[in-house]
Amino acid sequence: MPTFKVFRYDPGKNDLPYFQDYEVPDHKGMTVLEALYYILENLDPTLAFRSSCRMGVCGSCAMHIDGQYGLACETQVASLGNTITIRPLAHMKVIRDMVVDLDPFFAQYEAIKPYLIPKNAPGPREYAQTPRERKKLDILVDCILCAACYGSCPVVGTDEKYLGPHALLKALRFIDDSRDGNTNERLAFVANDSGIFRCHTIFNCQQVCPKDLDPTGAIGKLKMKSFWAKLTGKLKKSG
Amino acid sequence: MFYDVIIVGGGLAGMRAAIAAHDAGVKVGLVSKIHPVRSHSGAAQGGVNAALGNHPDGHDDTPERHAYDTIKGSDFLADQDAVDLMANMAPEIIIEFEHWGCPFSRYEDGSIAQRPFGGAGFPRTCYGADRTGLYMLHTCYEQVVKRNIDVLYEHFVTRLAVKNGRCTGVIALNLHTGEFESIAGNAVIFATGGSGRVYSINTTNAHASTGLGLAIPYWAGVALKDMEFIQFHPTGLEGSSILMTEGCRGEGGYLLNNRGERFMKNYVSEKIMELAPRDIVARSIQTEINEGRGFEDSFVHLDLRHLGEQKIKEKLPGIREICLKFKNIDPIKTPIPIHPANHYTMGGIDCDINGETSLEGFYAAGECACVSVHGANRLGGNSLLDTIVFGTQTGRYVAGKVKGMSQTVDTDALNDGLAIEKDRYGKLQSSEGKANPYDIRNDLSKVMNEKIGIFRNETDMKAAVNEIKMLKIKFENLRPIPDTGKFNYDFLWVTEIAGNLDTALAIATGALNRSESRGAHYRIDFNKRLDDEWLKHTLHTYHPSDPEITYKPVTMGKYEPEERKY
Ligand SMILES: Cc1cc2nc3c(=O)[nH]c(=O)nc-3n(C[C@H](O)[C@H](O)[C@H](O)COP(=O)(O)OP(=O)(O)OC[C@H]3O[C@@H](n4cnc5c(N)ncnc54)[C@H](O)[C@@H]3O)c2cc1C
Ligand code: SF4
Ligand code: FES
Repeated sequence: MPTFKVFRYDPGKNDLPYFQDYEVPDHKGMTVLEALYYILENLDPTLAFRSSCRMGVCGSCAMHIDGQYGLACETQVASLGNTITIRPLAHMKVIRDMVVDLDPFFAQYEAIKPYLIPKNAPGPREYAQTPRERKKLDILVDCILCAACYGSCPVVGTDEKYLGPHALLKALRFIDDSRDGNTNERLAFVANDSGIFRCHTIFNCQQVCPKDLDPTGAIGKLKMKSFWAKLTGKLKKSG
Repeated sequence: MFYDVIIVGGGLAGMRAAIAAHDAGVKVGLVSKIHPVRSHSGAAQGGVNAALGNHPDGHDDTPERHAYDTIKGSDFLADQDAVDLMANMAPEIIIEFEHWGCPFSRYEDGSIAQRPFGGAGFPRTCYGADRTGLYMLHTCYEQVVKRNIDVLYEHFVTRLAVKNGRCTGVIALNLHTGEFESIAGNAVIFATGGSGRVYSINTTNAHASTGLGLAIPYWAGVALKDMEFIQFHPTGLEGSSILMTEGCRGEGGYLLNNRGERFMKNYVSEKIMELAPRDIVARSIQTEINEGRGFEDSFVHLDLRHLGEQKIKEKLPGIREICLKFKNIDPIKTPIPIHPANHYTMGGIDCDINGETSLEGFYAAGECACVSVHGANRLGGNSLLDTIVFGTQTGRYVAGKVKGMSQTVDTDALNDGLAIEKDRYGKLQSSEGKANPYDIRNDLSKVMNEKIGIFRNETDMKAAVNEIKMLKIKFENLRPIPDTGKFNYDFLWVTEIAGNLDTALAIATGALNRSESRGAHYRIDFNKRLDDEWLKHTLHTYHPSDPEITYKPVTMGKYEPEERKY
């Protein structure tokens, strides 16, 4: 029976966070999320953690599991040791236990104008996009906004204005979309003081992303694109 | 807080309604217990139907043909005016999503790719790999962000404010502060999604997809409709019941029993095979298992191996990822163990094509609503379509209704509602009982799976009704819930379970009363469809003890009921 050492903290009530131990009877195929539900339902109804889909697609349950950022619902208990430490994502205010304040995370996502700004006016049919053009978006559109990358990034931890790996990945998703007509404005924006050049290429985000996306690579691409745009005089202002 | 229109639910239906109402010029507040991008619409995999005619074998497809397939699939219980509207609006509404940037998969000519789905005369299911719902949900949220629509996320609605037969707002627990808030509005649209967690031990649905979104209006006097029609998806992953999309079969996957036989040939024509409608495939699989041709008496195989590595990686990457992560098997090399699992609630809040219900000022759209376009059995790919068509339709209609209405807040109803909810919260905290609410939820889901499942009979269903009532009594004597202030998940889940119990009772009594077989409601003691007596919608009205069951006619149209052969 593994022991879960679970981070507990209510800033309104506790001076400091602490860890609480729970013994959870495991079974074949049990996930960390199921273990947390076992605790809530049978051992301690005060535990707070987010979840919904339990199939790795809603992005609710990213946390720090035994030294690794990941999704609780996708992590098998059997893949971990006998003592399993659970903490919330870093760099965000803890509201209670595993629940952190995601407002800054979403504000940065919103800042990059995360919507198509079409090149052409829409007609009666779909914008034509070839499979080749669509393929460029392949992994970029799979982001579930789980914030695992954000929690793992030391730059996020030291510079609260930094746009963050999730927002920059999203920016590339639109820049690389053959239908979007806002490339230069987008490049100018991500090249601002809080943007791509703040990234120290530490690769944490690439390593932790549970969807195997590559925000580090995306930021690298954005750097090259904005560099090139500047050289060729397409970027008027550098923000 | 006052909004012209309050929308409860941040899934596709809720967000699409919010956009429509906002674009019509009224002030919209979107209230959701989880952040919109966490909604279960994002879990949809296979695709969304529209007769675009892009598929090489689908150039002759038309909205009329889409409507016919839907009505036949519904076992003729769908309202034909509603189906016509949905099928006709489908192409433009999918094109609109594409214009918003939705990353659908494509053909060489640049048009949206389509795949075959069950019960459809032409391949008309538009898709983005096997992550269609994720792409549509995020695209829709992007449009909400673009419009700067107010989103109150992690606000858990527990009650409607009703005064003199009019809905004037909602009461919600703000999870961030732990305080109840009243939100006033001239109209409330519920878009709270599915309720599969009534069957929690065997469902494809998210933890958030509970019966509460149905129970809240039901408790306030709004009737539910056709609740006995529960869809079991043929292919839930063995164990966790995570969905393996119908797209697996659309792309050519086989269903095999323990003899390695494609058993669907024994149930439907060889032309249709695995792509029969879901009710039929689910019953066929269950029959194989029941008659000893399954594995370990609990599952059969979904075999994709012959599709080859490239096709699986390109068209079904999400399925492969789930199999690897949750089952440690690679479908390129190993067949997937699957069994039927609760998937979709065909019934829901009784409303018309504008989302209008019997309660003035209260509307519904999406899976929680029953317009009805799915009747007794929904076709794959029609539900995403339902959410965005009727989200749009309801949002526009409601905006028209509330435009120019006075914005005076009826504080009485809101304050009364607030007081009732605070009182309930207090009582749950000081409760002196012993029962664990989660045991009750588990027991309930066992009853539902075992007795109101794929094959039904009177004895089981009578027993189910009694057992649900016993569980309701147990639920009166819960152990106390803690006072955690912020993010009190125990309170949230206990409230959800209260909703599950009454939703379950509505399902069970509706099923017990309907002595025929139609679509997903299959009775071994009445195994024929009986149109003379039963071609009608069930209406369930709340009473604390026994729900009241009445009926109302189906809106017919061009298509007369015929035998449903595939
Ligand atoms: C795994 C899976 C795969 C599917 N695949 C397909 C497919 O390929 N094609 C297809 O057509 N259909 C598919 N379906 C069905 C379809 O996805 C759903 O029916 C549809 O997405 C439901 O959308 P919705 O907007 O009505 O609800 P949801 O997306 O479930 O959203 C419900 C919203 O309501 C909110 N809410 C609920 N209760 C409350 C409350 N009390 N207070 C505040 N907020 C509340 C939630 O926070 C959430 O935002 C699938 C379903 C599942 C489960
Ligand atoms: S890039 Fe990956 S880790 Fe970051 S938010 Fe998206 S899915 Fe999560
Ligand atoms: S619960 Fe949805 S990603 Fe884990």
